[in-house]
Amino acid sequence: MALLELKGVTMRFGGLYAVNDISLFVEPGQLYGLIGPNGAGKTTVFNVITGVYTPTAGEISMDGESLGGKRTGRITRHGVARTFQNIRLFANMTVLENVKVAFHCRQAARLAAAIFRTGTHAAEERRVDRESRELLKIFHLDHLAEEKAKNLPYGSQRRLEIARAMATSPRLLLLDEPAAGMNPQEANELMDLIRWVRDQYGMAILLVEHNMKVVMGICETVHVLDYGSTIAIGSPAEIQRNPKVIEAYLGGV
Amino acid sequence: MSTFLQQLVNGLSLGSIYALIALGYTMVYGVLRLINFAHGDVYMLGAFAGYYLSRRLQGSEPSLTSALIVMAGAMLTCALIGVLIERFAYRPVRRASRLTLLITAIGVSLFIENGAQLVFGPDPKFFPSLAPRADVRLGPVRFTSEQLTVILVSFLLMIALRFFILRTRTGKAMRAVSFNLDAAKLMGISTDGIISITFALGSALAAAGGVLIGMQIPKIDPLMGIVYGLKAFVAAVLGGIGNVPGAVLGGMLIGVSEVMVVGYLSSSYRDAIAFGILILVLLLRPQGILGRVQKEKV
Amino acid sequence: MKRLAAGTGIVAALWLANGLLSGSLVPALGISPYFLQVLCLAGINIILAVSLNLINGFTGQFSIGHAGFMAIGGYSSAFLTVTFGDRIRAALGFLPEAGQNGVLLLTGLTVGAILAAIAGFLVGVPSLRLRGDYLAIVTLGFGEIIRVFIVNIDAIGGARGLSGIPKLANFFWIYLFAAITIVVVSRIVNSSFGRTLIAIREDEIAAEAMGVDTTRSKVISFSVSSALAGIAGALFAHYLMYLNPNSFTFLKSIEIIIMIVIGGLGSITGSVLGAVLYIGLTEGLREFAQYRMVLFSFLLVVLMIVRPQGILGHWELLAGLPRRWRLGVDAPPPVRG
Repeated sequence: MALLELKGVTMRFGGLYAVNDISLFVEPGQLYGLIGPNGAGKTTVFNVITGVYTPTAGEISMDGESLGGKRTGRITRHGVARTFQNIRLFANMTVLENVKVAFHCRQAARLAAAIFRTGTHAAEERRVDRESRELLKIFHLDHLAEEKAKNLPYGSQRRLEIARAMATSPRLLLLDEPAAGMNPQEANELMDLIRWVRDQYGMAILLVEHNMKVVMGICETVHVLDYGSTIAIGSPAEIQRNPKVIEAYLGGV
Repeated sequence: MSTFLQQLVNGLSLGSIYALIALGYTMVYGVLRLINFAHGDVYMLGAFAGYYLSRRLQGSEPSLTSALIVMAGAMLTCALIGVLIERFAYRPVRRASRLTLLITAIGVSLFIENGAQLVFGPDPKFFPSLAPRADVRLGPVRFTSEQLTVILVSFLLMIALRFFILRTRTGKAMRAVSFNLDAAKLMGISTDGIISITFALGSALAAAGGVLIGMQIPKIDPLMGIVYGLKAFVAAVLGGIGNVPGAVLGGMLIGVSEVMVVGYLSSSYRDAIAFGILILVLLLRPQGILGRVQKEKV
Repeated sequence: MKRLAAGTGIVAALWLANGLLSGSLVPALGISPYFLQVLCLAGINIILAVSLNLINGFTGQFSIGHAGFMAIGGYSSAFLTVTFGDRIRAALGFLPEAGQNGVLLLTGLTVGAILAAIAGFLVGVPSLRLRGDYLAIVTLGFGEIIRVFIVNIDAIGGARGLSGIPKLANFFWIYLFAAITIVVVSRIVNSSFGRTLIAIREDEIAAEAMGVDTTRSKVISFSVSSALAGIAGALFAHYLMYLNPNSFTFLKSIEIIIMIVIGGLGSITGSVLGAVLYIGLTEGLREFAQYRMVLFSFLLVVLMIVRPQGILGHWELLAGLPRRWRLGVDAPPPVRG
């Protein structure tokens, strides 16, 4: 059984089928790429997996447990984290605080402890502080720890989004166009980072990307969408040779 | 049964007024996503404008012409006021956060209410009679001439508005702006102009409501916009805020339920009824009866 | 240990101030009863403003029904002391009168706070799912409904109001609870729970995506905020000795919002400043009664256009202090490498 399974998932908005009968299987630790022309439905797939939308039809499950219809927060606590196409950082919070929020993911915040400043609270704060700083160090953001997220340069913001998602200890990481707006060197660093994250933490990574070099460079399986439907699934080499894929991107002659 | 029908008529008459005011709320929310708290006070200004105008015309017989002049005068005055409010209070904060917009609207509302108390004096005024009394009986039901006027005039105005929105270019532009302001701007629509027109129209309709209510319940005072405004707002939300036919539907429903509750239950809960309906709607079906659910793009 | 000392010091200072201001300690130093009343009302406003800021400023939710929870606190505590006051006093016969008063007040405050918190919970659970504008309207509606109910319950005076409430609150008690409110809210805000609230304010969808149970956080902060408003209401009732439903209209809720907006939504210091400024201006301009509100509302609109973040924005008075003072923990060891 795969880690993440989508079976026959459909998402309809009124008369528009954003995603039509998609089936997708991600194995633990796999690097899975989701590509397709603009409007193909890639972000919709993400939104369906993370519970932002409830699918019109089909099943979504993680480790056999159904995710469909559950709230986003629950799904995240189940082990699915994501980044966003348009960066959604907590703008007025510092870099460190952004990560700390995600660290408390699995633990219900104890209000009484906060108000009375018990020893448990202090110890917990210290632990989270230490682990957050370590995580920032891994992502080369520790020197920016006290900076407000909105003041960061674009590349650092993207890295912070990934770091923050990592703080939720996911088993599956969904990256929505992480290389957007990056120059070739930054993109290379990103590729190394993603590979390193996968190797170090053993998590599966589902990646939506337009940057073909990144996708073909690190993904083990590539899944191609067009107009909401799957047109091809295979290894990068197979996909690059697939005539249907070429036609979808180049529009046919 | 005849009481029921009578109550229904009373309710429709009251509901028409709510509908006229609700239209202003809904149109402004449609184009700006702003709850114009000051709208109820524009309605009040319309009533007062009508009052002062009709006092000017005093001496002449109450006639259809003088009534029309008063109505038109009040509508024009308030249309102008609406445009001015938008231009000087709302436009500078158009891109600000929702809370800032809300506070600004509340500020304008308080300004108008207190200013009116200062200028007009806090005592209620009595609207002079504009049209000759002529009750009409239709079977078991009696329409007072005021009620007839209210229902007829409201009906005409709403038809005119519907025609305007659906058939004219400006109306189409209004609808475009309400769907997506930025896209409309890119299409070459002068969004500032359209927003001004929206405010002008909404305010004119509210003014008409004010004059009509003045004719029906002759007592007007500077704070009358609060309760009527809130109830009309509930009507707009009930019908689906941003939805024009919804505002009319909502207005009628609120008017009829209020009259029914007062008639059959108790008058002390008259104001609470509107709030009760509001809360039920927002909890059970926040998009209102005719509204569509807005999905936020992630 | 440090904190205990600081706390005792503050309590002692307040008690002293109360004695001086009311002239009960040194008769010659007493200030005019009018000024004392303004000070006390300012203190109650501080509690209201800081508690509302928790919800509106730090969690970013629009609540404009705060007066409703104040009313619940006020009326429930007053009902308790008026109806059962004598019986409770009898049971506490062994205490001196001041002690009896204190216990009676604290009982009333507890009841008021708990009932207001329950009301906050009941209102919050269904409402906090709603988006911005809608939440504002629902809270406004609930505030009004609470008021209409109060008007229609004769046992607590109805439209005539509830009188004969014992005067149990004074400068000391009011400012003690103002200080407690400030401490409680600032501790909440500077904690992990507070971080989730601010995250919700910044981007609710992202917060949800990071595993935050946004509904739970919002409802909890709403209930705490309501409880504090209830305490403010109870203090209000036992200070003025009379309650009237007209003190708790939508306009009162708006006044509290104005206070926190003027001071700065994301700042506790700002709320205190706003509360004091508001009552200062209201009382100071009292002779211009008619013009006062016109000027006020005009200034409010100008403020929104020119400086929507309020006077202090997100700035906090004690934010510049070393971290250990704020969180009450030792600063973490510097991370090397």
